[in-house]
This record gives sequence, structure tokens and C-alpha cells, in this order.
Amino acid sequence: MQGKAHLYPRDHINTDEIIPARYLIVHAEAELARHAMEDIDADFVNQVAKGDFIVAGGDFGCGSSREHAVWALRGAGIRAVLADSFARIFFRNAVNNGFYAIEIDGISDKVTNGDQLQLDPEKGVVQNITKGEEYRFSPFTDYFRDVITAGGLMKYLAAR
Amino acid sequence: MGMTITEKLLTAHSHAGPVAPGDLIQARIDLIMCHEVTTPPAIRMLKDHGMDKIFDPGKVVVMPDHFVPNKDIKSAELAKDLRQWVQDNGIEHYYELGRHGICHSLLPEQGHVVPGQTVIGSDSHTCTHGAFGTFAAGIGSTDLAAALYTGELWFKAPETIRVNLEGSLPAGVYSKDIVLELIRQIGVDGARYQALEYHGEALKELSMEARMTITNMAIEAGAKCAVMAADEVTLDYLEGRAKTTEWTIYTADDDARYARELTIDVSQLEPIVALPSLPSNGRTVASLAADEKEPVDQVYIGSCTNARIEDLRVAAQIMKGQKVKPGVRVIVVPSTSTAWKLAHDEGLFDIFYEAGCVISTPTCGACLGGHMGVLAEDEVCVSTTNRNFVGRMGHPGSRVYLVSPATAAATAIKGVLTDPRQYL
Repeated sequence: MQGKAHLYPRDHINTDEIIPARYLIVHAEAELARHAMEDIDADFVNQVAKGDFIVAGGDFGCGSSREHAVWALRGAGIRAVLADSFARIFFRNAVNNGFYAIEIDGISDKVTNGDQLQLDPEKGVVQNITKGEEYRFSPFTDYFRDVITAGGLMKYLAAR
Repeated sequence: MGMTITEKLLTAHSHAGPVAPGDLIQARIDLIMCHEVTTPPAIRMLKDHGMDKIFDPGKVVVMPDHFVPNKDIKSAELAKDLRQWVQDNGIEHYYELGRHGICHSLLPEQGHVVPGQTVIGSDSHTCTHGAFGTFAAGIGSTDLAAALYTGELWFKAPETIRVNLEGSLPAGVYSKDIVLELIRQIGVDGARYQALEYHGEALKELSMEARMTITNMAIEAGAKCAVMAADEVTLDYLEGRAKTTEWTIYTADDDARYARELTIDVSQLEPIVALPSLPSNGRTVASLAADEKEPVDQVYIGSCTNARIEDLRVAAQIMKGQKVKPGVRVIVVPSTSTAWKLAHDEGLFDIFYEAGCVISTPTCGACLGGHMGVLAEDEVCVSTTNRNFVGRMGHPGSRVYLVSPATAAATAIKGVLTDPRQYL
């Protein structure tokens, strides 16, 4: 998994900012994706290529429980969010969708906007190809890994 | 080893043995709340995976609340999908317009929430229901779908922060001021992944409605849940309204282990306002300098935080015989149909009307920038709601200040943020 970093170093980026409530009248990813991060960075959706990463500060995804936040980011092409820490509902929504929310304390200070990153969730490593650096994180526990690799909680349950 | 209330609640609902912080468990769910924004995606997921049945329709409570009465065609489609699903699955507890309300006000008011339950809802303010001694947590749409099908959900058992509320609230200071002070102290992620467990003499004096304002905003400190042990005040509230008489009251053990303990002497509190754009930006209203008080365009008295009947009474008491400052729009949105009817019967609507307010049917509405009071660029709103994030109530260039209903009412009269104690 390799892609470009889109850096938002601020703490407490909330789900109202990731996808404003005025767009919650739909839940198709493609439609939500057009408005991802709109109130923080109106140009975000034009800059993202499929497979890119968001790198953010602490408490990413706080506030509303809207899973639309995960769908909007994934629909826009984001492969994973790498943050100093996550708010709990965003984290579980990510796991439940088979979407990677990777917690690496201090990553928002280390990565520069536009860096090329490579993520290996099994090994628990992010390679910063641009800078030649490596960031380590604790791999997911068995249950989270099983849910994520199944493609999300519904597919995990359906397979059982 | 002693346990916190949350540890006891999760243990009682888990197949595993005693639950300790950090344990990943499957918990049986007693009550599931569904509204029209986050439930239709869950309905679609259940259909897509061939899991289109509910484990126990009697444990599901459904109401449209966010964008009702339907604000546009797409929101009308969401509410229609919800209604159809209710019919298809024979869900008995459905609250249609006219008997509806904002989910977190409606469920307790209608007696669905009783001590000892596990309560989930695909809405972050589901933590409100912890005021009844429940484990209540907000979750997403996939979680909702999984719980509707299996009756269970995974949780990582949280550590608990013990909050002691001591002293007695002064006149003009309310439970909203307590929770804004707590969030000011610990920050918007100060209880991230943790449970907030409340104790203290001040808590005993608070009504259930006042308590719910505190538990409601636990998510604004990042908490998984908030909990208050059920007591006589709880049982009085449940009298004549509880849908079941089967409940369990859990209390914390004396030797329960807490991640942290903090005490707030509420007798020292003053009316507080959270400045834009985080709920942790608390200041006492009295401490604001004149040039820090920008002219207010809108006052909003609504939401699951502060629009129950007691809140409406407090606002009306201050506005009685007063006029809204010209140039200010004041929107009053009772949180449930019952609160609306009570406010009407008690003559509160006359007071609001004479003052120059507009009164709406229950809806989440403008709290999340949905409808019925959305802000334009550069507009300023003083609001009894729970979040003042950038763009929360409308244009990202608008600004929201969070206050109690009393401070909102005093502000409506003066046109700038005003300490309500001068009207008592």
C-alpha cells in the first residue's frame, strides 16, 4: 500500500469537518466523497489520488458518530488515516468497514505534506519513502485484524 | 477486586467472566435506538448481506428526528425507508411525527431506558442514557446493523474516570455549566475511550433532566460512556413511565479502580460559555470583556442537550415580560412532542411569543446545521446545544457559543452574551 500523504496536523479534526451534516441526506460513497474534508480544505478532493493517506494529529474523527466520515474518505480514494490518536467511534467505524485507522503517536510531526508513504499493516510499519524514515506501530489484535481482512464487520459476520 | 459501575454493567452483559479495562468483549444489547440519518445505511447493509431480520424487534426504538419534518426530497426518502423498515419488521416502538422527539430526550421520557441496561444508538449522544445507570454508547451504522441482527456488539472495556460533584448549585447556574466546566478542565479528548462515572452530593440534588445534560455531553470529552448510579430521583422519574419493571441497580465498589478522580465544587461555579470552536473553550460569562462579546444574530434553545421541559421553563422564566433584542432571531425547539405540549399548556409559548421568539416542532434541526435555523457566513449563534465546531450549525464561517438555557434567554434579551443571574 503506497500513496501520497495529505497532512492535516491539527488535533480534534471532527466528523462535522470530514463530512458536514448538510450532506448526510445521502449515503452513497461516491456522492459523499465529493464533499470530503470540504470545510477544512475545499481543494482536498481534487488533490487526492486513489490509495493516498491522510496524516493527522490527535483525536481524529471526534464528534458525531456518522459513519459517513469513513465512507466519504474512502470514496475520495483515501486508503488509510494515520493519526497521533483517534476518537473511539471513528476508530470502530473504520475497523467495521475494513478501513485502516493507524495510530502512531507523533506521526503528524514527522511527515511532510506530499511525502510518499508505504503501509504494511501486518508488520506494523509505515515507510516514509521520501524521507527514508520508518514509523512503527502495534499491529492490530486478532479480532480487529480478522474483521479488517474480512472487509468489515458485516462480511466477517456473514462468513461465520 | 472492586469494580466500577461500567465494569459491572459490561460483566453482566458479557459471556466472559469479570470484565477489566482493556478487555475486548461481546456484550448483549438490551435497547437499540434508530433514527433516519444513520439507520437507512444499516438497513441496506443487512439486506446486502442476506441478514435482513432483527434479533428482537421489541428491543428496538425508532423515530425520525434529525431532518423532520422532512427538509428536502432526499431526507424524505431516508424517513420513508425508515418507516417502511419499521412496518416490514413489525417494530412496535415507532414514534411518528406528532408523537416524535429528539431520540435522546424521547427514549427516557417514554420509559424505554431503565437501570442496568446496555443501550446503543447510531448517534454519538447515546451516552445521555447513562444518567439512568446504564451502559450507553454511541456507535456507527455498521455496528447498528450487526447489533440489530445478532443482539450483541463488541466493546473494549473502558477505564473509568470518577467525577465527584460536591456542594450545591448557586441560583442561575445549571447542570450545563457543570459539564462545560468539566470539559474545560479535561479537554475534548480528556476522557477519550474512558467512562465518566459521576458521584457526589450535588448530583443527588439534580433532577433526571438536569443529569441528562451532563451525561449527554460526555462525548464532548471523548468518553465512551457516562454513568450515574440510579437513586431515588431515578426511581421517581421511572414511576408510571418505565416500560418494564425489571431492572438492576449497579453501584461502584468502594475499592473500585479509577484511572483518574476529580472533584468539582459546584457551589463555586458561575454561568459558563464555551467560545468557538471547541466545547472545551469555557469561560465564565462574567469574565468576558465588552469587546469579547460580539453581537448575536441567533439564539437557539433546542437539542438533546437542553430542550426538555425544565429547560424551557428556565428560559421562559427569564423571558417573561421581556422582549428579544431587535436584530436577534430566537428559535425555541422543544425536544419532544410531550415537552411541546407541556410548554403549550403551561403558557410558556405565550411568553416566548410575546418576547418575539419563534417556536418549532421537535427536531435536531439547526444543532447540526440541518434545517430550521442554519447560519450564514459570519453569523453568530448563542446556543443551548452541544457542539460549536467549525461549520456545525451552518456556514464554516459562522460562530457558535454554547450556554445553558438561562444564559441563552438572557442573551436573547440583551443581544450579547449575558449572565442570567441579573434576571433572577
